[in-house]
Amino acid sequence: MKEAVITVKNLVKKFGSFTANDNLNFEVYEGEIFGFLGANGAGKTTALRILSGLSSPTSGEVIVAGYNAKKDPEKIKKNIGYMCQKFSLYEDLSTRENIMLYGGIYGMSKTLIKRRTEDLLTKLNFREYSDRMISDLPLGLKQKLAFSVAVFHEPKIVFLDEPTGGVDPITRRQFWEMIYETADRGITVFVTTHYMDEAEYCDRISIMSDGRIVALDTPEALKIQYGAESVEDVFVKIARPKP
Amino acid sequence: MKRFLGFIKKEFLHIFRDFRTMIILFGIPTAQILIFGFVVSTDIKDARVAFLDLSKDEATQKISDKICSSGFFRRVDDLQNYNEIDMAMKKGIVKAVIVFGDNFGHDLISQGKATMSIIADGSEPNTATLITNYVTAIVTDFNRELAGTSATGNILVQPEVRMFYNPELKGHFMFVPGVITLILILICALMTSITITREKEFGTMEVLLVSPLKPVHIIVGKVLPYFILSFIDVIMILVLSWFVFDLPIRGSLILLLAETMLYILMSLSLGILISTISKTMQQAIFMSFLGLMLPTILLSGFIFPIENMPEAYDWVSAILPPRYFIVIIKNIMIKGTGFMYVWKETLILMIMTTLFIGLSVRNFKVRLQ
Amino acid sequence: MQKIIEASGISKKFEATQALKEISFEVNEGEIFGFIGPDGAGKTTLFRIITTLLLPDDGEIKVLGIDAITGFKELRKNIGYMPGRFSLYQDLSVEENLNFYATVFGTTVKENYDLIADIYSHIEPFKKRLAGKLSGGMKQKLALSCALIHKPRLLVLDEPTTGVDAVSRSEFWEMLKKLKQYNITIVASTPYMDEAMRCNRVALIQNGNILSIDDPKKIKEGFSRKLFSVRAAEKYRLINSLREYPETLTAYPFGDSVHITFRNDSYNDSIYEHLKKAGIENATITESEAGIEDRFLELMSK
Repeated sequence: MKEAVITVKNLVKKFGSFTANDNLNFEVYEGEIFGFLGANGAGKTTALRILSGLSSPTSGEVIVAGYNAKKDPEKIKKNIGYMCQKFSLYEDLSTRENIMLYGGIYGMSKTLIKRRTEDLLTKLNFREYSDRMISDLPLGLKQKLAFSVAVFHEPKIVFLDEPTGGVDPITRRQFWEMIYETADRGITVFVTTHYMDEAEYCDRISIMSDGRIVALDTPEALKIQYGAESVEDVFVKIARPKP
Repeated sequence: MKRFLGFIKKEFLHIFRDFRTMIILFGIPTAQILIFGFVVSTDIKDARVAFLDLSKDEATQKISDKICSSGFFRRVDDLQNYNEIDMAMKKGIVKAVIVFGDNFGHDLISQGKATMSIIADGSEPNTATLITNYVTAIVTDFNRELAGTSATGNILVQPEVRMFYNPELKGHFMFVPGVITLILILICALMTSITITREKEFGTMEVLLVSPLKPVHIIVGKVLPYFILSFIDVIMILVLSWFVFDLPIRGSLILLLAETMLYILMSLSLGILISTISKTMQQAIFMSFLGLMLPTILLSGFIFPIENMPEAYDWVSAILPPRYFIVIIKNIMIKGTGFMYVWKETLILMIMTTLFIGLSVRNFKVRLQ
Repeated sequence: MQKIIEASGISKKFEATQALKEISFEVNEGEIFGFIGPDGAGKTTLFRIITTLLLPDDGEIKVLGIDAITGFKELRKNIGYMPGRFSLYQDLSVEENLNFYATVFGTTVKENYDLIADIYSHIEPFKKRLAGKLSGGMKQKLALSCALIHKPRLLVLDEPTTGVDAVSRSEFWEMLKKLKQYNITIVASTPYMDEAMRCNRVALIQNGNILSIDDPKKIKEGFSRKLFSVRAAEKYRLINSLREYPETLTAYPFGDSVHITFRNDSYNDSIYEHLKKAGIENATITESEAGIEDRFLELMSK
């Protein structure tokens, strides 16, 4: 039985009279690739922010990487990686400068940063880009680099918020292979995405609608349960967007 | 600790690689020192004065010469009678008129004292005070010389001071018109400078361009609502000035309103011009608010008289619209002059307005690049 | 049938990047023509050239029979344009936005209401709501209504479904199909490959080059080899193992299976042996029909 790295019990988040997260309950296990789906406005981003220590729950218990989200959000932040779609890397710094900056921010030792930086640049085939400004790199490369930086310090969990938006099909697949490889190393990957075929790459997925979780299982099980051919069909059946 | 240092290093890199931050760090302080150093002065230099000398005797000659050779004053005119004083002040040719009554010298010798008048332009209270103080000091000096050389002591010239337009020397006679000038140009230019840039930034400009609307429609269409609403602003400001600061409106109210609306139109056009140049709202706000504020405060004659500045600054001041409006508003409100005394400034403002609108239409990009 | 767009040799450079490299294509009246490609492919640049917002460095382009470079004033009256991100007035209501665009184009909402009725009916209950407070799907419908309200002959939609949920995306394309009866020509771009199947013809675009233009069905059928799908529980190990198999030509993950092509267009049982060595026991292999994304990947790797 794998260890639960994220435990969410009766999570409620309200903004004034509006309930963004309505009694969420789920667990995510070590080394899983967990897909977090839902229409815009369903409450995904709110939940994601709570899980990554950026916001605190109105009520309920949220434990991430062993720390309580309400009491120790700072400890959570130190033990996770985070990649959001647009703004992870500094456009006016070079590739190498970005990597080393984040290494420093994560509190890694100088020798460790140096070694891992060189490893990373080689593995991603980035040597020729190591001194170029991020703003000069094409989108696909930026995304791959942003992901690598998010897991640079080998955290327990990495949160990815729509990491593959607009990227070409080949790069998207390479990105997901990076995710597979990361999960294989034991790092749990919590990812939100709009691409339904990417949901199929996940070990388990949850679908949010109107602040609640309306489905939580493996993609295969959900397809059987809803008599659907693809996750997209399941989605269309149960996740009506709010106007 | 390492985290912290890594973060600091990043901040340095950001700063060095951002042109704008470098300007703020190094360029602006340099400019500020140069400007402040030369503009902010509490001296007067070459203040223009006229003399009304009804005696024209040795004493008046002596005093006049002393005044003119002090370096603080420049003799600009010799008036013939009291009626000319009003005209000279209204035209703004002189800052003060020094009046010697008839029989000045005679009175001095026979009665042991004579009076002279220093009539200063009270619409610039600071300058007026300085002038009267300096002249009084010079006269006191003359008195001392006189006491030293004469057998009888106690011969005294007593300068009588009068402030034209502003007998109580109220400071806000200078400030409030200046503040009105400053506020109107800042707010109007700011408002219109944001409006086009906002459409560019939000992307709605793209859709507007792919439509039958012509650039002149868009530009005039953006100026007009602000123009109408600014009128209400003007009424509000004038009413407040009247009630709270007791500021008079000695000239024609209609003329004042008309000139103010012209100034507003000019400011709105300037704002539009800025927005055709700026790519982002941040740039537009920077240019209109910060870019206009300091030059207006320092170089338009609002607080610091233009006459006291080095000539180079005078040229810069000449392209600043507020410089002309301050003259107009002061003349109408405080000196009570009519159109004939402000036609030059009015014409300049009109030309500027047309220029700004013309340039805006020309600059307006019909394409995205 | 008139050619609504005729473009030849269109090139455009931005600083160091060549955004478009000698693009040529034609769009016929009444068709739904899609440009399919990822970010950075050049779609937005091309659309801005079509709508006269940018000038090409090279090449010629005629839209509605008019030269797009010299006749921009005329063209801007007759095109309906929906740019990339939501570009309507966030602080005006749904109603106010629609009225504004109707007026600017010299018409009224009433005049062409039947054209947008289907689309607008989804958002009409919210007509007093500020546009900025609508969900992504509703915003797109409003933007589409505003682009259509003056009954343009050509509708240019730049990534109208990006960032919108799957349900709304589907509805959007249904609405576009219904516009055919008004003989409006539609040119749209999208990064979603599956949406290509909703168009009459598509151009696959990547890095400023057009890889292929045709009926999407024909593009699919252009896939040059036999395609197989391999399924197994251990997804990651499966793909690595398949790549190491000597007969494999290409192997790409595709949702719950791996799409694979072989050097000889066929496989034998040795593949199961190979997979067993990697610990994969219950793999299934079936021959599949290539989709448009498979073809895109094939063209991209050439």
